[in-house]
Amino acid sequence: MPQKTLGSFCIAALLATAANAETLFVTLEKDNAIAVVDPIEGKLLKTVPVGQRPRGIALGNDGKQLYIATSDDDTIKMVDSESLTETGKLPSGEDPETFALSPDGKMYVSNEDDNEVTVIDIAAKKAINKIKVGVEPEGIAVSPDNQWAISASETTNMLHWIDVKSGKIVENTLVDPRPRAVNFTADSQQLWATSEMAGTVMVLDAASKQIVQTIKLQVQGVNDELIQPVGVVIDKDRRYAYVAMGPANRVAVINARDYSVEKYLLVGQRVWNLAFSPDQKRLYTTNGVSNDISIIDLDEHKVTKSIAVGRYPWGVAVKP
Amino acid sequence: MINRIRYLFLVVAACSALDVCAGQQAVKIAYVFQEREAPPALSNLDAFIQNKGQLGAELAISDNNTTGQFTGQHYELKKIVVPIGGDIVQAFDQLGDIGLVVLNVKPEQVKQLADLPSARNKLLFDAATSDDELRGSQCRHHVLHILPSRAMRADALAQYMLKKRWREWFLVIGPAVEDKLYADAIKRAAKRYNMKLVAEKAWDNTYDARRSAQSDVPVFTQGEDYDVLVVADEQGLFGEYLDYRTWIPRPVIGTQGLIATAWHRTHEQWGAVQLQNRFKEQAGRWMEEEDYAAYLAVRAIGEASVRAKSFDVKTIKDYMLSDAFALQGYKGKPLSFRAWDGQLRQPVLLAAPRSLVAVAPIEGFLHPKSELDTLGFDQPETACK
Repeated sequence: MPQKTLGSFCIAALLATAANAETLFVTLEKDNAIAVVDPIEGKLLKTVPVGQRPRGIALGNDGKQLYIATSDDDTIKMVDSESLTETGKLPSGEDPETFALSPDGKMYVSNEDDNEVTVIDIAAKKAINKIKVGVEPEGIAVSPDNQWAISASETTNMLHWIDVKSGKIVENTLVDPRPRAVNFTADSQQLWATSEMAGTVMVLDAASKQIVQTIKLQVQGVNDELIQPVGVVIDKDRRYAYVAMGPANRVAVINARDYSVEKYLLVGQRVWNLAFSPDQKRLYTTNGVSNDISIIDLDEHKVTKSIAVGRYPWGVAVKP
Repeated sequence: MINRIRYLFLVVAACSALDVCAGQQAVKIAYVFQEREAPPALSNLDAFIQNKGQLGAELAISDNNTTGQFTGQHYELKKIVVPIGGDIVQAFDQLGDIGLVVLNVKPEQVKQLADLPSARNKLLFDAATSDDELRGSQCRHHVLHILPSRAMRADALAQYMLKKRWREWFLVIGPAVEDKLYADAIKRAAKRYNMKLVAEKAWDNTYDARRSAQSDVPVFTQGEDYDVLVVADEQGLFGEYLDYRTWIPRPVIGTQGLIATAWHRTHEQWGAVQLQNRFKEQAGRWMEEEDYAAYLAVRAIGEASVRAKSFDVKTIKDYMLSDAFALQGYKGKPLSFRAWDGQLRQPVLLAAPRSLVAVAPIEGFLHPKSELDTLGFDQPETACK
């Protein structure tokens, strides 16, 4: 009888942990490794070597496979998220930094030095298309409805609309200087893009491909030149958008209904990329210069914790 | 069939010389350069590079055209290289109706060319000088200056010295006219940032510093106490030989040692490594400051013409001088022009030979409009009328 009680207690405890047991994988650009973090416990679990200069990271549609751009190895590594061992490599082209996964198992990679986007069939591990874009393509996103792949070129200052079916550019939108990151809303109707140099966030209508709103980020006491927005994410209800502001060390909380900036949350130094927790109750930020990640509570819009992870945290992927 | 293909090709080639062709706008940008005498070599380490500048302009043309393929705009570089002793005025007069001209010539030639009747409706980009007078009392309103002025460089050094609290300066001035101008900028910065010039000496040794530095420099620097030795030697005749040879152990800054520059091979932040790589791949050597300047001049034209959707010289100039203009210069802050003197507003790199030490403006130097305007002549101080 006592044994049984203990047994059920164990199972209950396991279930409780399982419900919350999300894991973060953070690329550490200078440590050539990824940090594995338990955000609920607020603990760095371990650091695993992964290859030279890891930057972009994403969890595959199967929820198991991690994809990590190891820029100086000129490849995208496939790593099993359980065993953390390498399971393969994808032919990304030279110096891959950022990439996006499509719902149908393809990967779109920005090749900054070649002014190209490489399309990879992940299952076949083959590059199936190369699309010429502007100078220094960086930000990239695929719409959830798998209609558009967007490539942002930093020096050309354009968003290129690649029709996923034909693999061709059908429209180019001139945007504010040095566009960095792009992301779609969950309903695929809007594209949000950040401009590092103008300090703005632009909202584009996916149907017209035109900018419908430009939001200027300004913080009292912080010089405009330090406001350099990078990563942007929008919650699934299109209630709030969050923008990492780079060396301004803040995350902007933007009301996605009226486009007003409600808050600037102070996080770590040079905040770069963002990811939601699976339930969208928390937001995780990578802070490149202070070598930590911050956790933001999204009910309160408050920074609750920061966790030291290693040198130059760049990207973050969340596994439920 | 082969003939027809060839014919089509000819038509395409002929099109690009026209201003407008089948919905595509094309523009020619001139790059005017006069060859220089190789300066006396200080050492055999760095070979003399004759084509500094030109390769930067060429890279920018290719960047502009990558963008242009999406906007229907095409850019072409017309290179005019005038040999030593050649007539630069005659070469300039042959530019005809080309309205956008990048100049890689000496300061007096910038003035000379800008004052020609044929230059009246052109926009000139000075991509080689650091001359303060050209940006001040001798300014021309149709000339934009890409490289940081001597005043901006000196201010950049002074800000960093203030941060380090190395406030007592020993200034060594070389024999060239340019050295005197550099020293003037250093003195201005010293005054602005409350530095103390504890000593000032002219270096007038005429013999080869390579052979005699070990005995000359200790004697030359003896008897003074100071924090840093500031050297004004733009030709590089002796400055490199001061370090490690002074009477007391002190660092060297200025034209050698820790230098203030628009671009440096140690710079890799803010996407700079991408520009360094692209340049090196094309040129087979590191990007020099003059290459960076020519690159920025041609990119500024690209950026303004894409935004203003025009190749008209006046439209481009108006856009460049407006608040909307923001040029990516790989230095972490958008670059723009100071409307009062045509100077490109930009961060200045403080570099040692193999490490980037700091980027000015140094944190904490504040300005009501742009911290970049803490470097050089600000609007209230300008002598440009």
